[in-house]
Amino acid sequence: MNINTTKIISLLFFIFSAFYLYTAYQIQVFAFDENAPFNARTFPIYLGYAGLFFSGLKLILPDPNTIKVEHKSLEYKKTGILILIAIIYGATILKVGYFLTTSLFLFVSYYFLGERRWILMFLLSFPFVAAFMYLLHGILDIYLRDPFLQSIGVMG
Amino acid sequence: MIEGILIGLTTALTFQNILMVMVGCFFGTIIGMLPGLGPMTAIALMIPITYGFDPATGLILMAGVYYGAVFGGSTSSILLNAPGVPGTVATSFDGYPMAQQGKAGKALAIAAWSSFAGGTLSAIYLLFMAPSLSKVSLSFRSPDYFALMILGLTAIAAFSSKGQFLKAMMMVVLGLMLASVGQDSLSDITRFTFNNMNLTDGISFVLVVMATFAMSEALTIILKRNDPTSAAKQVSLTELGSIKINKEERTKMYKTIPRSSVIGFLIGVLPGAGATIASFLAYGMERNVVSDEEKEKFGKGSVNGLSAPETANNAACSGSFVPMLTLGIPGSGTTAVMLGALLGFGVQPGPRLYMTNPEIFWSIIMSMYIGMVILLILNLPLIPYIARILAVPKNYLIPLILFFSVTGIYVMSFNNFDIYLMIGIAVVATFLRLYDFPMPPLILAFVLGGLMEENLRRSLLLSNGSWEFLWDRTLTACILATTILIVVWHIYKTFKKKN
Repeated sequence: MNINTTKIISLLFFIFSAFYLYTAYQIQVFAFDENAPFNARTFPIYLGYAGLFFSGLKLILPDPNTIKVEHKSLEYKKTGILILIAIIYGATILKVGYFLTTSLFLFVSYYFLGERRWILMFLLSFPFVAAFMYLLHGILDIYLRDPFLQSIGVMG
Repeated sequence: MIEGILIGLTTALTFQNILMVMVGCFFGTIIGMLPGLGPMTAIALMIPITYGFDPATGLILMAGVYYGAVFGGSTSSILLNAPGVPGTVATSFDGYPMAQQGKAGKALAIAAWSSFAGGTLSAIYLLFMAPSLSKVSLSFRSPDYFALMILGLTAIAAFSSKGQFLKAMMMVVLGLMLASVGQDSLSDITRFTFNNMNLTDGISFVLVVMATFAMSEALTIILKRNDPTSAAKQVSLTELGSIKINKEERTKMYKTIPRSSVIGFLIGVLPGAGATIASFLAYGMERNVVSDEEKEKFGKGSVNGLSAPETANNAACSGSFVPMLTLGIPGSGTTAVMLGALLGFGVQPGPRLYMTNPEIFWSIIMSMYIGMVILLILNLPLIPYIARILAVPKNYLIPLILFFSVTGIYVMSFNNFDIYLMIGIAVVATFLRLYDFPMPPLILAFVLGGLMEENLRRSLLLSNGSWEFLWDRTLTACILATTILIVVWHIYKTFKKKN
């Protein structure tokens, strides 16, 4: 059997399905529901078996359309940095507030993606976020938590 | 009926109601364009405003928002590959590739005309067929719904590219697995939460769709180091193309629109089905009926592939009003929100609505047609301006996609966990995309997961645990037979091509 990445993904999905199935069997149902034709664990159990079936088939059957990915040509570093920036953005948005974190996220992301037109970068971060916030919070009345703006008295 | 139509026209054509349709369509389009803010959010925001109006005007306003948001969702699907509305996920399959080829204007024009035609035709169907259709809708039982959902999932797996049926089925199962996270709808027992309170309510649709479409699309662009020249071409204003549709494209649309509008309308009438299934089924059916040459273009910018889901999702919007107005059962999540508003007005939807509040029933039907005309008048001239979103260079577009995605989740939950979960799913989806694991089957399965379980539950309970319900009723057996035919046909075609 020719091992390729698709097969490895299928194997991982097979293991995941097995774990899902095991967890499905562990779902605690009410005593009176234990022998009912359908309870909270019935559907997940079928899904677990379906996952094993399809990933098992993919593992066993030959793969005529093997996908080859040139890993050397992939931009892992830049993608990783972007993901890291997004995680930091997610981690700080509640504590610092929507306006500052979103503006900084956009500004830093533009920079890491190679943009160097500072004025445009600024316009498409701080004023852009302010306008968007006004649309959401001011016009559409969607609440946006922002401790930073509240602390400086801009937001009530 | 004539009397009802006249009552409806009199109500719908008042200055106030026409204005409400216009306002609804305009704001709906803007909100629908923002990924993560779909018609449900838009309509929910409108509820307090509508209490200032009479029930007919309030519902007309919400209906306008609904159509506008669906059209706006198509716009973001085509331009950003970021469908904010489940019903427009299928639009991105061919709309986005078309936009990438520099035909964004044309793609938006096809979407606008298809939406208009689909909505108009379905409003006509609704006018003449509402009473009998509600009877058909009543005859559907849980086994039929379950079979219909299997048909929808099989269809989407079948229309993924050659040799990917198993990959698509794996994605279907993964989508259903993700949908099973959280509280069981009947017993409230938590499943797959691993004692994490953030997962008790399950994973939100917007989160999954943002992660697997918008965010993973942005990450894939960076990961694959797209050629800056092609990126520049993509964002060049001169490459947007004309909004004019040529004769050949019109001919294709003439064939696609009638059949897709019928599918869309009929699926929309079914309670719980709605625009999502309609658009996926219409896309799947369209791919099966076109020539082999045209079939090859699907997923790469096919006119039929774009027109079919756009026609169907708008037709389904009108169709979904039938069960809501006549049975009191919402045909979609959006009409469920509207149902809540209707009850807030003190109007009890059901078969007696015809008699007790004819002005509400008929004015909504009449306003649907007016809404479609207004959408076309409003959106078609604005297409070149709307399409300029593509003129944003990728260095800006990618952070903006990420920003819209995170904002969509943030305003929904104010929860860091959801943002981390979205990033995690996006990373996995990006990796899976590299190896051609299709994402649309995952999305459809995720949307249908809860409904599918509910209908399987009812079917199994009614048949005392026996699977005979699958062939006990002729309708269920017919739907299942269609599913089997699709699978066998797909496998046969693949096998034949291999040899």
